[in-house]
Amino acid sequence: MNTVAIAPIRKSILVNAAPERAFKVFTEGMTRWWNKQYSINASPISEIVVEARAEGRWFERGEDGSECQWGKVLAWEPPSRVLLAWQIETGERWRFDESLVTELEIRFIADGEGTTRVELEHRNLDRLGDQAAVARQIFDSSDGWQGLLDRFAQKVD
Amino acid sequence: MAYDSAFTAIADPTRRRVFEELRSGAKPVGVIAAKLPVSRPAVSQHLKVLLEAGLVAGRAEGTRRVYFIDPRGLGELRAWLDQFWDQSLAAFAAEVEKENQIKGKGRKR
Repeated sequence: MNTVAIAPIRKSILVNAAPERAFKVFTEGMTRWWNKQYSINASPISEIVVEARAEGRWFERGEDGSECQWGKVLAWEPPSRVLLAWQIETGERWRFDESLVTELEIRFIADGEGTTRVELEHRNLDRLGDQAAVARQIFDSSDGWQGLLDRFAQKVD
Repeated sequence: MAYDSAFTAIADPTRRRVFEELRSGAKPVGVIAAKLPVSRPAVSQHLKVLLEAGLVAGRAEGTRRVYFIDPRGLGELRAWLDQFWDQSLAAFAAEVEKENQIKGKGRKR
């Protein structure tokens, strides 16, 4: 069994707003700050929606009206916490995968008057690698990974 | 970073089809092209972009060259996500500031 250990990503930033507004900008206002380059839809992003309830969908809507789901809301606790599921499969193809759940937790912690510390944690990243691990096992068994690497190295221009 | 271009690389529908053709295993350009409504040179171009994005790798098999999905991307993926969230949180904070200025809601003097 090939277990891939991968540490969660933890980030924190201070914003000049109370938790209520920070929460609102993060969720309801995601379209305004998301880098539109990051899309899995063929159509450019016109809107990013985080439905304001547990079990709500998290998706991008393209300029042509098509919707491409990214994940869902696992916990909706304004103004202090939102837990999202990032369900974008990346191992072999980049697309929404219902069965894949990596957790993205965002906490909004009041830090003095009108200031909020926003803490973000993206965890279960090893799950993103399941497909990669499967592929690796296949290469190991059929061919020998080292042999493959050696040949690859020889053929690289 | 390879994953920087991965989203962009895979956003093109034809390129995504090329990539998905490799899910079932390593294939040469001709075999991929036969399954898609695009020319062989076009498939080669798409593979070049996928190679540069670190999503696909190639190797010689006998006299031909086959392409396969690069299974070593996990560390790159984490590194990519790490800078992705840095960038995203900074953009989020900038948006809060912008709102502070426009709406005069800022509570900081």
